[in-house]
Amino acid sequence: MTEMIQTTATRTAETVAARLNRRYTAERRFRALGLGAILLSVGFLAVLLGSIVDKGWTGFLQTQIAVEIAFDPQVIDPEGTRDPATLDTADYAALVRAGMAARLSPEADRATRRDLSALVSTMAADQLRAMVTADPALIGSRATLWLLASDKLDMVVKGQVPRQVGAAGNALNDRQLGWLADLEQAHQTRKTFNTTFFTAGDSRAPEQAGIWGAVVGSFFSLAITLLVSFPLGVATAVYLEEFAPINRWTNLIEVNINNLAAVPSVVFGLLGLAVFLNVFHMPRSAPLVGGLVLALICLPTIIIAGRAALKAVPPSIRQAAAGLGASPLQIVAHHVLPLAMPGMLTGTILGMARALGETAPLLMIGMVAFIVDIPKSPLDPSAVLPVQIYLWAGSPERAFVEKTSAAIMVLLLFLVSMNMVAIVLRKKFERRW
Amino acid sequence: MQTLTLAAILLLLSSFAFRLGRKRAFAVSAHEPRSLHSLPGYYGSWVALWCGLPAFAVLIAWLALEPTLVRELVITDLPAAMQTLPAERIDILINEVRNAAQGHATANPDLAAAAEHYNRLRQVSFAAVTAISVAIALAGAAFAYRRVQPALRARPRVESSITVFLVASSTVAIFTTIGIVLSLLFEALRFFQMVGFTDFLFGLNWSPQMSTRSDQVGSSGAFGMIPLFTGTMLISLISMVVALPLGLFSAIYMSEYAQPRVRAVAKPALEILAGIPTVVFGFFAVITVAPLIHSAGEMIGLSVASESALAAGFVMGITLIPLISSLSDDVITAVPHSLREGAFGLGATRSECIRQVVLPAALPGIVGGVLLAVSRAIGETMIVVMAAGLSAKLTFNPLEAVTTVTVQIVTLLVGDTEFDSPKTLAAFALGLMLFAITLALNVVALHIVQKYREKYD
Repeated sequence: MTEMIQTTATRTAETVAARLNRRYTAERRFRALGLGAILLSVGFLAVLLGSIVDKGWTGFLQTQIAVEIAFDPQVIDPEGTRDPATLDTADYAALVRAGMAARLSPEADRATRRDLSALVSTMAADQLRAMVTADPALIGSRATLWLLASDKLDMVVKGQVPRQVGAAGNALNDRQLGWLADLEQAHQTRKTFNTTFFTAGDSRAPEQAGIWGAVVGSFFSLAITLLVSFPLGVATAVYLEEFAPINRWTNLIEVNINNLAAVPSVVFGLLGLAVFLNVFHMPRSAPLVGGLVLALICLPTIIIAGRAALKAVPPSIRQAAAGLGASPLQIVAHHVLPLAMPGMLTGTILGMARALGETAPLLMIGMVAFIVDIPKSPLDPSAVLPVQIYLWAGSPERAFVEKTSAAIMVLLLFLVSMNMVAIVLRKKFERRW
Repeated sequence: MQTLTLAAILLLLSSFAFRLGRKRAFAVSAHEPRSLHSLPGYYGSWVALWCGLPAFAVLIAWLALEPTLVRELVITDLPAAMQTLPAERIDILINEVRNAAQGHATANPDLAAAAEHYNRLRQVSFAAVTAISVAIALAGAAFAYRRVQPALRARPRVESSITVFLVASSTVAIFTTIGIVLSLLFEALRFFQMVGFTDFLFGLNWSPQMSTRSDQVGSSGAFGMIPLFTGTMLISLISMVVALPLGLFSAIYMSEYAQPRVRAVAKPALEILAGIPTVVFGFFAVITVAPLIHSAGEMIGLSVASESALAAGFVMGITLIPLISSLSDDVITAVPHSLREGAFGLGATRSECIRQVVLPAALPGIVGGVLLAVSRAIGETMIVVMAAGLSAKLTFNPLEAVTTVTVQIVTLLVGDTEFDSPKTLAAFALGLMLFAITLALNVVALHIVQKYREKYD
């Protein structure tokens, strides 16, 4: 009898122990799943950033080759007039070709000429033109210049495409690869910081393409966005939080704002297309229209952040001001708004950061055009940074991959710095009441 | 540029008016400001408002009306033969005139003359608006200046105009919604006049490319949106399969298990993930994920399209992790501690407490968050534009290329400026559907979330 009780007891103890073990295992498994989910998510972020940096850091470098150029008077200015128009229209590409041929290959057939000029960017001729028009005394002299290499040579030098002689699908043919080896042996190639990338507008040729046009376009768009959405957003937040009576109308406005915050941005693009372009006939591709559409997109963000900031100001401030005889508007303008301003600015900066990365609505209003010129005003057609990234991502040239990644790095840098400013602002001015 | 200068001049005048008004207030009070009804600054603001507001109203009215007016005048001045042309041809002519007016040469002497006329008209109209607005500004300032009296209730008047501005600003949100609905509805109705509503809603074929000649086969195009919607649903489903477990488990770990130090690293990391523009994710999908999936599929003998739904959906899922995680985190932390303590008191382990007590209590909020994420996935544009295909295939195979509603909206409208073909109008019909669906999802989601909140407040 006692034995039986004992065995039942041990059995129960064993079952409980086993079950407890199972439960603890389940506990550990559950916990590991949670940790795994976080690690995986952070891992995705790391892989994303890593692959962008890995592909893009070479975009900040450009390859140049040293070529001895003879500023041949026969080519530049055969009549010796030194007329600026003649200097401007001379065939500088011929000078580049001659210099390359003198260094690399004495043969002068068409195939050789073509192979030679494929190594140098067409910008090299512009470089020579700028030098000669600035200083006509150069004509007749000789000089060794560092000329911008073509994107194909650039890709081979950077190791982005294979350089085995005889391999299929090479960007350069075997003869060109031989010349490249020759140049590298003589230390006549170099990689320098890519200033073109930061000063030029868009271009069909990857080595001449830059982001400056897009940066200026983004700046104009964001300036318009800020000018429109900040006053409107603050005014709306103040009205809804401080003055609005609680009635159907106010309720309708609130529901509206919450819904607008969730409308897909591409729909805002359709609105911009139908209203700003087709009804008001504003210019296509202009930062003005882009800025207005982006302002509508980030208005809800600014309003919601603004209301949160106003809510955080304790009622005692308002009561004290009212007790001293301030009118409702004076209470808000002199006391509540200054206290809520840091929070509102933080929300605005975050809204701007979102607007800076927004692409789809801008495609709708025609900001995808190929634009070389740097925009001078918000009415000029221009690209913006994310759209430039989209355009380059769709370009077939191999060299645009690193340009795209480099542009993404610049965009992310802007976003990070905007967020930093927002965080610092919040840390510095946040008050706990 | 001219207009900006004029606006700056008007602003300058207003600031002068402010100083004058304040000075005047001091003067009429015989330098005894206490006898004034309001603070002197309010008298200044009142005069400045009288100076600036009417003048700016004139300027804005001119900005709105001038293009149409000048256009009509230019048209009446064109040779009679040109005036009788159909409306689209006249639009083209006017565009040429505008280009010629900006200094581009034109071969047609009539147009050159019209361009000159156009420039002259614009100069005259700008001179007129400058004169009128400055005159109105001065007149308004003078009117208000003469009315500055100690008894004048300046503060209430200034404050009421500021209140009007506040109320007007708050209606912008409503006008935006009305603008969206009307513009989508208007263009969509034009589309439905050309293509039947049921054909659009239930058609199984989508090939909007219209041939240029009307007698060719298939010239009418096909506008059935079912394949687009199945594509959208497929990609959204894949993205939710990725985002839901990852987002939910991250939220659970962060709110229930994580040490403050882990939280301090993981939370900002997820915020960074949320802040990265989608165009970057699109590029990542095209350049890294899609080739990876493609070669992985080849390794196990599957043929994977290079623009597979899997790649687009997977990357979209990554973008949705932070959204689901932060929304779930909020609702999980909102579950009252008494519930957890009750579960622990009965001997539950942490995971049992979470699975059997916290999650059921938080479920409505989590469902709301998931619905919000689905609506985001349906409206997401750049990732699918870059990484999903263009061909509208009716398939549920994640390894094939599918297209989505947003992809088609972008493809139909980019680079096309004609507004009378069903092809461009179809984009607005799709936009209307997109708007309706996302709106419905959001309303339902917010409703669920709010209903849940009432329970514990």
